[in-house]
Order: sequence, then structure tokens, then C-alpha cells
Amino acid sequence: MSETIATASETITLTIDGQEIQAKAGQTILQAAQKNGIYIPTLCALHATKENGLKTDIAPGTCRICTVKVNGRTMAACTTPVAQDFIVENDTEELNDLRKTIVELLFVEGNHFCPSCEKSGSCDLQALAYRYQMLSPRFRYAFSSREVNAESPKLLFDRNRCILCRRCVLAITTEDGKQLFGFTKRGDKSGIIMDEELVKNISEEQAQQAMHICPVGAIIRKEKGFDTPFGQRKYDHNPIGSETVCTTCNGEKS
Amino acid sequence: MAQKITIEPVTRVEGHGKVTIHLDDNHQVTESRLHIVEFRGFERFVCGRPFWEAPVLVQRLCGICPVSHHLAAAKAMDMLVGAGDGNGLTPVAEKMRRLMHYGQIFQSHVLHFFHLASPDLLFGMDADPERRNVIGVILEHPDLAKQAVLMRKYGQEIIAATAGKKIHGTGAVPGGINKNLSLEDRDAFLNGINGNPDLSADKMIEWSEAALALLLDYHSSHTDFLDGFATFPSNHLSLVRPDGALDLYHGVIRAVDPEGKRIVNDVDSRDYLDVVEEEVRSWSYMKFPYIKKLGPKEGWYRVGPLARLNVCDFIPSPKAQAAFEQFRAYTKGKPNHMSMHYHWARLIETLHAAEMMKELLLDPDLQGTNLVTKGERCGEGIGLLEAPRGTLFHHYRVNEQDLITMCNLIVSTTNNNEPMNRAVNAAAVAQMTGKAEITEPMMNAVEVAIRAYDPCLSCATHAMGQMPLEVTLYDAAGAVVDQQRKGM
Repeated sequence: MSETIATASETITLTIDGQEIQAKAGQTILQAAQKNGIYIPTLCALHATKENGLKTDIAPGTCRICTVKVNGRTMAACTTPVAQDFIVENDTEELNDLRKTIVELLFVEGNHFCPSCEKSGSCDLQALAYRYQMLSPRFRYAFSSREVNAESPKLLFDRNRCILCRRCVLAITTEDGKQLFGFTKRGDKSGIIMDEELVKNISEEQAQQAMHICPVGAIIRKEKGFDTPFGQRKYDHNPIGSETVCTTCNGEKS
Repeated sequence: MAQKITIEPVTRVEGHGKVTIHLDDNHQVTESRLHIVEFRGFERFVCGRPFWEAPVLVQRLCGICPVSHHLAAAKAMDMLVGAGDGNGLTPVAEKMRRLMHYGQIFQSHVLHFFHLASPDLLFGMDADPERRNVIGVILEHPDLAKQAVLMRKYGQEIIAATAGKKIHGTGAVPGGINKNLSLEDRDAFLNGINGNPDLSADKMIEWSEAALALLLDYHSSHTDFLDGFATFPSNHLSLVRPDGALDLYHGVIRAVDPEGKRIVNDVDSRDYLDVVEEEVRSWSYMKFPYIKKLGPKEGWYRVGPLARLNVCDFIPSPKAQAAFEQFRAYTKGKPNHMSMHYHWARLIETLHAAEMMKELLLDPDLQGTNLVTKGERCGEGIGLLEAPRGTLFHHYRVNEQDLITMCNLIVSTTNNNEPMNRAVNAAAVAQMTGKAEITEPMMNAVEVAIRAYDPCLSCATHAMGQMPLEVTLYDAAGAVVDQQRKGM
């Protein structure tokens, strides 16, 4: 018996929540779901669009909010490639409670004061808290001591709101590929640091992109607070998860 | 036996307060104090935050008049971003903010008069407390209650259209505003929200006139009470437009003494520190401001509707001006020191706000698209305005990284701290001298004196029915000899 290697053009059939879908070899479960209009929540993984300026999808696998069950085992949908006949559980009570737990942990571990945050109404974390109906976290607040870095002339980095998703690390680079953001330390001491020199010279477009790709309000374009009125913010009319397919590439990019 | 009477919390006001009244061995009132028992700490915890967050962050001080804090902070931020000190905005930005502010004044005054104060007037301050509340007003005066609800709704909808939300919006940004008023919204406010003619600009003016007439009718039959209750001479302070007009959004600082003589003569609001200082007393979280050159003993002053009408020369809207002339004639042009006349002044301002909202809605500048002005950055911003309860001071310093390093807020109720204490004492002396037994009407009389000022004691809000009252009677040794509770 000879083993066959899937090629990018090969079509794979799997089911998500009982719905049979087609995917391409090499796609992740998340990408396959997005292409087929099935919502799997993400905070770290980001689908490349013209709007966010990404050339390729990123999937750091850091937040685990996209956790699904694959043939009975919990896996991160954003890092697990599809395979033939996968049976994926996604929108289940158990998994949604797990996701709610992750959201709650992120809220208690950081200092998320939504009312004064520029990202309020456009924040993925806040939107997920609404989606999973988080009224108050079941855990005690950590009241972590976090710094605000306002040294850059264009960007403000508020560590109180950072959820360590790693999007900025992967997405924001110079033209020659140098990273402007990076991880530092380990465990509960982990944090994001900025390359002060590179960030000081960041272009207007990159500054906007950095603010845009941050799922919360940790990276804020300076002096740009609250320009977008309530009623015109990202989640004012449609909650997170109501639109799953990329409008610019129809999910075909990956 | 000396006694100490405690009223805690004070009811039908915004926030938590406590009153203590000390009686000597002969049951004479020796001292009365209004304690503000909540501590918010906003001045400290906005430090370290970026300046553009301030207008959104500090408005969390209050759920009743968040717009006032939002706009005062935004005015301070205007200075920071080089957009003037309140007069450098584009027409659409200034007028949108003014419309927002008049919506705020209107809804807050209506809330106070109908929901908080009117039960005392309609039923008498010694009426059964189970009847003397907003539910009693709804049951016995349903048409009046409906008017009050719709008037407040109108003000709140104005705020939502200009600030984005009815409570805690984000309309004002440093140097301007983030939206204009749509034609659809304008037409709805002029002709009736959702096609309801009871929610139109003209109806708001008509009902404001009716509310004022109601109070004046009450005054004619309760003249001694309204004129004499908790009345004492004082200084009065407010902002006025440079030509002396009542202006609730922007102006110069003016103060008059009990005789009406100017003691602060139209000082630029940016120089407020030359005008006022604050004294700290050990028994209250709330400071005691006073006019600097007069010192703490002579310099305390009143703010709010009564003070504003004592300080300004005229009101720039016709119906309110006519009512103002009647108000000033009552004291023969001299300052009015009658605490209960705060209600009269408040209803004149309600009418003025209704007139101003209509005038602004008819102004095509509100549909302009030039929303923000910016100029040369500086490190310090000061924003003053006339909030519903009185003059509101916001002062910030910002470092080169855009982070706030200093914040000083003197909120309206703080300005009225000393007068409220004096009003409490006046009511306590009148009600409790020679009395050993606490009665509910006696306690309510003290609260009536406080309520006249419409204080927002800690700029906090509470739902009706969740405001317990505890009164404790102590003997000279501090032992509890009597205690009564309600709603607990």
C-alpha cells in the first residue's frame, strides 16, 4: 500500500457541527470554516484582507479561543490542518463555555476598562464577551500592574489591555522584514515590547495598521480617540461572528 | 442630655450623603453637618492616561449629568490641542456641543423638579413618605408625571443624537465634535420624535412654561414656606457671557456679594485659580471652595440656577427672559437668597433650555461638516461650564508623551458645600430645637433643604427603592438611644 501526500489542489471533505464541507489540503480548520461561512471565534488568528493590510493569514495559536473538538480531541482550529473525514465540533455548549472562560480569564488578568477605551465597540474581546454573555467574570480580578508606553510619537501601547495575542509581532514589520514588536519574558511575566527606534519612525499607514490589527485597545494611534461615533463602530450593528467570509477575497486567499 | 442625630443616607438626591445634627442638653441645635461619605478619586486615577481619553473617562463621575463632565473635559482638551479656550471651535462643533449641553440641562432639571423635588411640594414635606415619592406623583398626578417622563426623554434623545448615547457618549473630542446632526434627527426633534407631537420642540417649551406656572401657583399659596425656609444671605458665582447674558456653556467668571455688588468681575475662566481656593475639613471628603480674596469665612458662595440668575444681567431667549424679569423683580433686583427659590430659578432655566434647543435645531450650522479644529499644542488645559447644578471646573496638565500628569476637578456640588451645610443647619434649627424625639417629617425637612440645591453628592446614581435611610440618636456619651430605619 502506498501512502499518498495531499496536494494543495486536493479537495478534502470534513464535517463541522454536522455540516459537510469541502476544504483544500493545507488549509486550517479555521480557514476551511471561514470559507464555508461557519464562525469560529478568534482573537489571535487573522485572515488577510485589504483592510488589515496583511499579505497572508496569521495564526499564532496563542489565544485558544478557537478551540474545537476534532474527532473528540480539543485542538486549536487556527493551527490544525484539515484532514479527510475530520469530525469537528464547534458550536457546542461545552466549547462555548470554554471560550467564555477564556474571555473571562483575559478580562480578569488585564485591566480592561471598556468605557474609556477608544476600541470600545470595535474590540474583538469586548464583542466576544457580549457574544458569550459574560456579565461578570467567575474569577477574581488580578489587578495586574501594567505600564503604558507613550514614548512613540505616533503610537500609544497600553499594556493594561494587551492580551498577548502576538498579532502585532507577526503583522507589523519594516519593509526589510524587521519586527517592530516582540515578546519578552515568560509565563505570567510575558509582555510585548516595542523596538523604540523602529516604532519612532513608523509610517502613518503602519501606525493605522497596527491599531487596526490589534484585537483590543492595546495599540492606539495617538490623538485619534473617539473620532468614530457610536453607531458607526464595527460591532454597533452586527455582533461578532455575524459575518464570517472575507468580503474582498471570499475566503479564497488561503 | 446632649444628642447627635444622624440621617444616613440622604434620600432623593444623587449619591450618598449623611447628615449629623448635634443637640445640647437643652435640645438646642449646636452644629449640623452634611457629610459626603463617598470617595471617588477620579483626579488621581486619570493621571497616566492619554489626554484624549479624559472627556470619556471623567464623565463616569456621574450618570445624571455626564455630559457636563464630558464637555468640561473636552473644553480643557480644546486648549491642549490649540483649539482655543471654548471659542475656537468650528460653528458646527460649538453648536453641537451647545445642543448636547442644553439637552443635558433640560433633562436634569426636569428629573430634579418632577422626580425628586415635586413630591415635597405636591404632598407637603410632612406627608406620609409612602405617598411622598415619585410613585405618588404618578398615581395622583398622572398627566404631570407623563409630561415629566416625556420631557426627560426629549432631553435624553437630544443627548443621544449629539453624543452618540443617552448616557456616557463620546460626541465631544479634543478640538471639536465627531458628528453633526442629521436632517432626519433635526426634523424629528422639531416636529416630534417618531411622529409623536408630544415629543416636539414646541411641546417642550409649552410644558416648561406650564411647569413654571405650576411652581408660581404653588408659591402664591405657600409664600412663607418658599421664601423663608433655609434662607440666608450669601455670595453667588457663575459663568456669564461677556455681555452679561446667561450662558451655560462658556463665559467669564462673575460673582456678586449678598447685596449684588460684583466681587469677581468677569475673570477669564483660565484664571480660575486666581478666583477660588478650596479648604479641606477633616469630617468630609468634599472640599469647601471659597473666593480667594475674601478667604474661607467670608468667601463661600452659592452656584447653580439661583446663583446664575443672581449673577447674570439677562437671559438670551424671550420667554425665559420674561420669567427672569419677574424673578428679579421679586427681590427688587437684589440677589435672591431664598434656598427654595432654586426651584423657581431651575424652572426658568428649563424654559431657557427648551427655547435654546429649538433655536439651535433651526440653525443650519448643525449640518456642517467641518468638525474639528487643531492648532499649536500646549501642556495645560482648563475647561469651565455651567452644569445643571452649578459651575464646573476641569483642569489638566499633560506631559510631552500625551499622558495626563495633573487633574483638578471642582464639581458643582462641591461649590455648594458650605451653603448646603448652612441650609441643613437652618432647617435643623427650625425643626429640631427643643425637640427630643425624631420624627420623619423633621428629617425630611432637613433633606428638603439639601434637595433644593439638587446636589449630586458623589456624582453617583441609584435606582428608586434602593435608597435606604437610617437615623440614629446618640446620647452625650455616644451611645445609641434610638434608631429608626426605612427601606433596609
